[in-house]
Amino acid sequence: MSIAANRRSPLLQTFLGAFLILWLMVAAFPFLWTLWGSFKVEGDFFSKADWSNAIFGTLTEVETGAPFTLDGYYGAWVQEEFWRAALNTLIVVVSVVVISLTFGTLGGYALSRSPYRYAFWLLIIALMFRAMPPITLVSGYLLPFFQWNLWGHLPTTIIVLVAINQPFTLWMLTAFFRNIPKDLDESAMVDGCSQFQAFRHVIIPVMWPGVITTGLFSFLLAYNDFAVTAMLLSKENQTMVPKIASFLGTTQTKGNVMFAVASVVSVTAPLFVLVLFFQRQIVSGLTAGAVKG
Amino acid sequence: MKHKTFLWFVLPSGVAMFLFIALPIVSVLIQSVYAPHEQVVIEVENCGPFGCTKATSIDQAATAALREAEPLGRFVGDDIYTNRNHLAFAEIATLWAGAESLGMFWSQLLNLPFYGALAFTLTYTFVVTPGAIILGFLIALSVNAIPRVFRGPTIFFSLLPMIVTPLIGALILFWMIDARGILGTALQAIAGDPTLSVKASTPLTWIMLMVYGIWSSAPFAFVVYYAGLQTVPQDTLESAMIDGASRWERIRYVVLPHLLPLTTFMALIKIMDNFRVFEPIVSFNAAAHAQSLSYFIYSDLGGETRLLSSAAATSVLTILGVAILLSPVLVRTWKSFGKA
Repeated sequence: MSIAANRRSPLLQTFLGAFLILWLMVAAFPFLWTLWGSFKVEGDFFSKADWSNAIFGTLTEVETGAPFTLDGYYGAWVQEEFWRAALNTLIVVVSVVVISLTFGTLGGYALSRSPYRYAFWLLIIALMFRAMPPITLVSGYLLPFFQWNLWGHLPTTIIVLVAINQPFTLWMLTAFFRNIPKDLDESAMVDGCSQFQAFRHVIIPVMWPGVITTGLFSFLLAYNDFAVTAMLLSKENQTMVPKIASFLGTTQTKGNVMFAVASVVSVTAPLFVLVLFFQRQIVSGLTAGAVKG
Repeated sequence: MKHKTFLWFVLPSGVAMFLFIALPIVSVLIQSVYAPHEQVVIEVENCGPFGCTKATSIDQAATAALREAEPLGRFVGDDIYTNRNHLAFAEIATLWAGAESLGMFWSQLLNLPFYGALAFTLTYTFVVTPGAIILGFLIALSVNAIPRVFRGPTIFFSLLPMIVTPLIGALILFWMIDARGILGTALQAIAGDPTLSVKASTPLTWIMLMVYGIWSSAPFAFVVYYAGLQTVPQDTLESAMIDGASRWERIRYVVLPHLLPLTTFMALIKIMDNFRVFEPIVSFNAAAHAQSLSYFIYSDLGGETRLLSSAAATSVLTILGVAILLSPVLVRTWKSFGKA
């Protein structure tokens, strides 16, 4: 639908095109570069002498006999037991998503159907909670968690992440449930359903698109978190992101940097796949709050 | 919906938020007015053949018992808030009396840890927020101008900097900007200075952190503006053109007013997010040159000696900062929602 009002001058068109290509390079190049470099040795990944070494793997060939090496991945996953962290991340992320969505759909549904003022106030309070930097909350947790021996365990971290996730989940799902016509559940209640039965039999079957979109963002929050997982988990329960930070903390002996590079690529890969499959949902989720105000 | 049903539906979510967001705020407030117990010192008199000597030693058992009995520590009121690591009133007074010029006073003020962190956090927030919004707007305009086939892949790559874990995105950039990395080497070649190192220079570190900030938050602005551009009222645009409005006037009077509410929304979200800037400082290992409020809390909490009281005081001050920053927006939301 190219209408006359949208036509641009050729000069502007060229400028915008050039700008876009530049931006795409800025956005994508670092990831491609690191992915490529993760199969090299440190001398190539950081090649001061000649940057083309990083592309052709000159030193990698000298040290390992092939232009590509899996040493970084072997070191990280097997030697440093990164698989343990990956397993912990899986447990944390799945639990956080499931629990947040269960709590969030119940709460969001109620907030969207309540005509009273306290529902509005609850949303405003949730918005204020959303603004709290997580690390300030973490400094409130530590002392009580130490006292009650809750510190260091996965379930503690999971419930904390669920709570930190709630304000956002509530806002998003409330906005989503408002778009499901009230008539639907009201007519079910006229037919004799209780509110919960109406929710169970009428709303749940139609809510999945919104729940999936919200679930994606809960996933991202739990997966990407550093502040909570770094401070609340003991060393053996660490998830992937704090584990990478601890690779950096240990004295940067030769090769250790490449462990970090390999694990960085390993953590990024699932996110790539996620965006690839759910791009539409992510875009609609980001804009949902904004476009509706 | 009946009050009672509402209560049951909201209960799980409400309890989670109360226990793990509201109570921790109270916990932080309480911890910030208590300091750890000092060690119990006892004086022992050793009498030998050459007379008596007095020696002081630490009574480990008594110290442990005291700490066990009162885990919060001793009440110190606002001592922690006013000490050198936080508001530092005494130090500021001395600086003010001793400073020869305002500039000198200012630079010494920023050497105090809390004010340094506050200055960086505010600079970061107010550089990155508008920067990301403008960059995102330009990307949205460009994507809107290309044929529909290319838009999908373009959006895919544009989303990456935002979706990727902040700690990891920052690390990737950090490795490239390292003196031995590709960007670091390129910078040295451009500047003609083979010893140039971004890590070693405070201004360059600040710039790098903000470049990271803009890079990682522009995609959000892009997506929101892109969606907004799809809903620009075409009829209004066309009638404006028939009325003789130039291209610029159409943007100025039709497109921009349409996008204004989106901008407010985005500024709100981005100010919240940028004020908590934290992970890039860990990734860039930049604590020596730039500290944010969140990082300040993190470094107090970590390590061998967990300075819980100090972290709690900084947390309270940070929460106050968030409240001040957001108060205009909150008041506005409250008014506009209140009417509806």
